[in-house]
Amino acid sequence: MGEAEQDRIETQEYLVNMGPQHPSTHGVLRLLLKLEGEIVHHVDPHIGYIHSGIEKMCESLTYPQIPYLTDRMDYLSAHMNEEAVCLCIENALGVEVPDRVKYIRTIFSELQRLASHQLWWCVMGMDLGALTTFFYGLRDREKILDIFEETCGARLTLHYSIPGGLMFDIHPNFRNRVHEFLNYFREKLPEYDQLLTGNVIFQERTRGIGIFPREAVINYGVTGPSGRASGFSCDVRKHHPYSAYPFVSFQEALDDRCDTLARYKVRIREMWESMSIIEQLIDNIPEGDYQVKLKGVVKLPEGEYFQRVESARGDFGVFIISDGKKSPYRLKFRSPGFSNLSALHAMSKGWKIADLVAIMSSLDLVIPDIDR
Amino acid sequence: MSLEDLNTFIQSIEPAAEVVQGKQFPEVMVPDDRLHQLALELKENPSTAMDYLICLTGADFEDHMKVIYHLESTVHNTVLVLKTKTLSRINPVLPTVCDIWQTAEFHEREVFDLLGIRFKGHPDMRRLFLSEEWGFPLRKDYVDEVRIVDR
Repeated sequence: MGEAEQDRIETQEYLVNMGPQHPSTHGVLRLLLKLEGEIVHHVDPHIGYIHSGIEKMCESLTYPQIPYLTDRMDYLSAHMNEEAVCLCIENALGVEVPDRVKYIRTIFSELQRLASHQLWWCVMGMDLGALTTFFYGLRDREKILDIFEETCGARLTLHYSIPGGLMFDIHPNFRNRVHEFLNYFREKLPEYDQLLTGNVIFQERTRGIGIFPREAVINYGVTGPSGRASGFSCDVRKHHPYSAYPFVSFQEALDDRCDTLARYKVRIREMWESMSIIEQLIDNIPEGDYQVKLKGVVKLPEGEYFQRVESARGDFGVFIISDGKKSPYRLKFRSPGFSNLSALHAMSKGWKIADLVAIMSSLDLVIPDIDR
Repeated sequence: MSLEDLNTFIQSIEPAAEVVQGKQFPEVMVPDDRLHQLALELKENPSTAMDYLICLTGADFEDHMKVIYHLESTVHNTVLVLKTKTLSRINPVLPTVCDIWQTAEFHEREVFDLLGIRFKGHPDMRRLFLSEEWGFPLRKDYVDEVRIVDR
């Protein structure tokens, strides 16, 4: 046997299951990997482990009941999801909510985005082996959940927006608590950079990994921070403004480096932007009603209605086909995680398993959002 | 592009298509056998440039199935709704668009899983959420035997 032949190690393609209990699949996502050595040749996501048939259930629920279920889809952007349903119903009915409602909804959405990005940050660190980030992120997220709890009694599945406005008015402490939080988090956010962003191991594992160009991002419908990191300007808040977004000025966080580090940095920048949006609104919440009384039985006029909002993971859409009855004829949720997952195969092909973990955390997948 | 321009543009590609102004967006209804050609043209032609497929929805009606494509142009920042319906409700088949917008590969599998619409030319037409022996839950005549939804 020649020396060259001895050095060559024979490898063959084989199949490995990753998940459904793998910690970095964030829930119950199972990936069937086709590997050659450590190189990923094919990723086949198997989903549906927690498919709950929400779209089917909505067909037998009344309109005011639907936001209860949307909270349980992407539980980390619960408020954005319910806001989308409420806006869709309000637009269909031709109801204009008071400015006060718009302001409070926007503040809640941005707080929710902050909480979601904080959790994403600590989990991303943990996926890449930095356990400390987990404690830093959860410590700060707790403060936001406390604010939610004080106003609406819930920490995760808020159900604060209802068709026609809000369930209750804000707590008298709300303004002070939000100011307190902003002052606190403005000091803490630079810690995130010190702890993780500048870390050599972290940079080596993310820079230039999972490059996904702009054309591919659009083709696969990847939206939210993951899309914007490839230069796809897809912020619904900018392109189709809703609630109080027309009244605030903010920058859409865009990056054109297209890699995992870019997706990370876009989210960090978004946290700064969210804080600035809340700051512009919190002292200017107009006086007025927090609710418009709708009829006892809400019936949407016959037709089709589509409403999009920017959730923490991207473009979230609600599509209602109404036949004029008190429940929708067909209701479809366009969930950002679903489209983002459709790109996972193309994004991770040719990279190593360890890179796949980094790529997956940079997509920020939430499984109930995908399974619905 | 105004509705009239859009109408002329679409009629020039596909005379059988109908263009109407919906409640929110312009809507185009196209026969199923002409869907692929029109979709490709809508994406490739620079005057429409519908390069982003927002979502793909299937719905069951009494005698046919409908599939609704929400498209957006990232160049012009416009939204267009493309609709098509299947000839048969029992054995519905439509051409795939996943060679035009790759995200459709997943979305079409979802529609197949929940409504049983087959997409011709799809590279991997398997169930997505449910197991092989399950019925198609979003069909209106679906019987919920285990009473998951109707309690």
